Amino acid sequence: MSEGTDAYVEEQAKHRELGLTDYEYGLIVEKLGRTPGDVELAMFSLLWSEHCAYKHSRKLLRRLPTEGERVVMGPGENAGAVDVGNGYAVAFKVESHNHPSAVEPFQGAATGVGGILRDVFAIGARPIAILDSLRFGELDSVRSRHLLDGAVRGIGHYGNSIGVATVGGEVYFEEPYEHNCLVNAMCVGLARTEDMVRAAAAGVGNSVVLMGATTGRDGIGGASVLASAELGDGDEAKRPTVQVGDPFEESKVLECCLELLEKGLLVSLQDLGAAGLTSSAAEMASAGGVGIDIDVATVPLREPDMEPFEIMVSESQERMLAVVEPERVDEVRAVCDKWETGSAEIGVVTDTGLIKIFRGAETVGEMPVEALVDGCPLYDIEPAEPEGWIYGNRETLAPSADPEATLLALLSAPSIASKRWVFEQYDSLVGSRTVRRPESADAAVLQLPEAANAIAVSIDGNGRRVACDPYAGTVEAVLECAQNLACVGAEPLGLTNCLNFGNPEKPTPAWQLDRAVTGLADACNALGVTVVGGNVSLYNEGPDGPIYPTPVVSMVGELPDPSLVAGLGFASEGDAIGLVGPFEPNLAGSELAKQRGELDHGLPQSEVAAVAAACTAVRDAVRTGRLASAHDISDGGLAVALAESAIAAGLGCRIDLQPLRERGCTPEEALFGEGPGGFLLSGPRAELDALGAVHLGEVGGTTVEIAAGDRSIVAGLGTLADAWHSLGSRLDG
Amino acid sequence: MIWGVLQFPGSCDERDALHACAAASGESHLIWHQERDLSHVDGIVVPGGFSYGDYLRAGALARFSPAMTTVAKFAAEGGPVLGICNGFQVLCEAGLLPGALLRNVELRFICKQVKLKAVGGEGDGERLSIPMKHGEGRYYAPPEQLDELEARGQVAYRYADGHNSNGSVRDIAGVRNEAGNVVGLMPHPEHAVDPLTGSTDGLQVFRALERFAA
Repeated sequence: MSEGTDAYVEEQAKHRELGLTDYEYGLIVEKLGRTPGDVELAMFSLLWSEHCAYKHSRKLLRRLPTEGERVVMGPGENAGAVDVGNGYAVAFKVESHNHPSAVEPFQGAATGVGGILRDVFAIGARPIAILDSLRFGELDSVRSRHLLDGAVRGIGHYGNSIGVATVGGEVYFEEPYEHNCLVNAMCVGLARTEDMVRAAAAGVGNSVVLMGATTGRDGIGGASVLASAELGDGDEAKRPTVQVGDPFEESKVLECCLELLEKGLLVSLQDLGAAGLTSSAAEMASAGGVGIDIDVATVPLREPDMEPFEIMVSESQERMLAVVEPERVDEVRAVCDKWETGSAEIGVVTDTGLIKIFRGAETVGEMPVEALVDGCPLYDIEPAEPEGWIYGNRETLAPSADPEATLLALLSAPSIASKRWVFEQYDSLVGSRTVRRPESADAAVLQLPEAANAIAVSIDGNGRRVACDPYAGTVEAVLECAQNLACVGAEPLGLTNCLNFGNPEKPTPAWQLDRAVTGLADACNALGVTVVGGNVSLYNEGPDGPIYPTPVVSMVGELPDPSLVAGLGFASEGDAIGLVGPFEPNLAGSELAKQRGELDHGLPQSEVAAVAAACTAVRDAVRTGRLASAHDISDGGLAVALAESAIAAGLGCRIDLQPLRERGCTPEEALFGEGPGGFLLSGPRAELDALGAVHLGEVGGTTVEIAAGDRSIVAGLGTLADAWHSLGSRLDG
Repeated sequence: MIWGVLQFPGSCDERDALHACAAASGESHLIWHQERDLSHVDGIVVPGGFSYGDYLRAGALARFSPAMTTVAKFAAEGGPVLGICNGFQVLCEAGLLPGALLRNVELRFICKQVKLKAVGGEGDGERLSIPMKHGEGRYYAPPEQLDELEARGQVAYRYADGHNSNGSVRDIAGVRNEAGNVVGLMPHPEHAVDPLTGSTDGLQVFRALERFAA
């Protein structure tokens, strides 16, 4: 084909439509030694998309610490896993489904949950918990309420129906997410370590079996079209690229896969997610250093006459791919029949190092596995720090508001207010492991009778603070996660993350990503926490620019005795209240600064080692069972943390913040300033003194009374609770 | 006593029920929905979940499962049968219990701890703290039928004041058949058998049926 001919121009247009650059197209031609056919071009375009190839982030991610004593499976597998003792491992992963949710929130969020569940049971772990990290525009936007409502219903629909408890999460409302909401779903699973399985195809001559749902035209091109480009006009037309979830089918596939693994019938297992059969087959072959032949004519279809390329790239949900020894295929299919789910032998493992696609006898594609999976060029990003605050400011609270009105404004801020309206739509109990339900402690606590202990899980990431300072904000997200675990007495075993950023080809999002990954690496190294997996979601932008850079960080920790876990609510009249940790409250990047329209570039840097030491001290104290409550000081500062502990208990408190004044804080900073490292504890005075806690006051009465120099708050519990519980009436009203 | 817990494709709470039955009464086994022989158990639990996806109408398909034919016979012979949430819906669809379960009045799934009052039978008047979690749990029967049910003592559990979150008629959370050996309720006693996860009041719901075991 020569330049200038019609055919050449047409081919050019096609690869660009599929998201490949001219340079990348040239590389594909070079690697194949010819121009790619339709099937091949479709497959390359998906596997070389940002979503699958991490082409703008892979180099940065090499900074993260990925090796640790407790790691059973690290990055590169379907999910990370850590050893929890007694021959058991806990698997976990978080993944984004942002763009599908922005286009169709119910199905987008539902299939986000479905996808992350498959990642976890693909390694042989039974899913035991779901958590979600959600971001929307401000609540006064009709679009945001629509997206919130749809996403929450979608998560509930899938998680409730499949019988996995949704035990925690977080929701923030900020203007920069108005067009591009974030839906990050996390799944935690439990496996006997010896039953776990990897995704590497092995054994030349073994059969490749496709299980679960039939393959249809839904979700074609999701990974390249939706996940790897900015949202913009015409998103409605992208609805057909959003998949439709069927939790009943997934429930059958889940039980079927776990039974197959328990019976030792599978050589390897992989879920079909983004890029469908294309990525599953290519990644299995790549991991095993083998080739795979697939005959698309043997794939059970939802509708007739699908083209080979459609079959290869379809993102129809609830499908799994397994490698099975030929003599065991009948047994495998019998188990699939028992669970009333589909199974078909669609291919065979070869020693060619090629992915060959056939339609019956006809060859419709033939590509080296290496070129598909590892051939995509990795790009260096070109970061440049912006001059100042690039996002907007909107004043919703007058600086003259008195401290009590300010506290009420903070408690009723949608990002801080109780998310009961959200979590009551989720089954948080199924599985009988949930020791701490949502909002009763800083982390979800799940008992593991199998391992004779318990785990705690937290998911955190305040995008606004990361926007102020991507490095410091990301360090804080890791610290907050560690603090939340410490509050329930848990020691971190591993960390996973989902990096939600704007377009990495632009200098500012590139700079945000670069600084955030460095912050993540530094914080993990300082805390001695291993990164066992992660996910990257780039191109999160709308017409007004990038989202707040949002690294969502999740940790799983272990605790020996769940019966000793403190809650976040005060427990008894007369208990002492104390502050532990290197807390230096500052208004920069705070919820108060947001409400006053005073957000600006820059955050104070954290004393990571001191926070780590405080986490250890608090964790050990909680494990004795002698603390009455433990709560980390987060959004809205100390006044909000005190109000939350009081509301949860129905018990007031009398507090004097003079000790913070003596650290040099202004009254406002002491009341509403934010920053990492602060723990609010209550219990016997002697216990708090032994921890070196700064004494702040006592639990008691029906009012929250806080003195901070010449500023003071006296507020009834009922008034505070009404403000904190105002989200539901604003959504339903 | 040995409980058998049915498992349909799409069941969710069958393992929880299995554990609860064992905690309450000593022994329990899972029963695959294709089984017809239930002679090895003394009581049956039809557990919660979304049998067959509940895409048609909750419980509408599961009632046709082979095991349900045997359950109907077992119930007619006076054996104890407990339907929880989706299991309650299945028993209503199968005609083993009166009434129907409609979508919650707020049209949303609700998961929360609620207070129940036991009505009639053992433990009459006791208050139980048990979680509810469902989207279609609004009990309904026509007024005349409700009058008859109440006259015959067939209301088994009511939501305490302020706890009827799904809009059930006359605060009804659970009902029994005339003989009393078949009970269905929307809240989940199997999630209230361990102080660590919130409450142990659910044990009574299982034990209240033990006297019907052969």
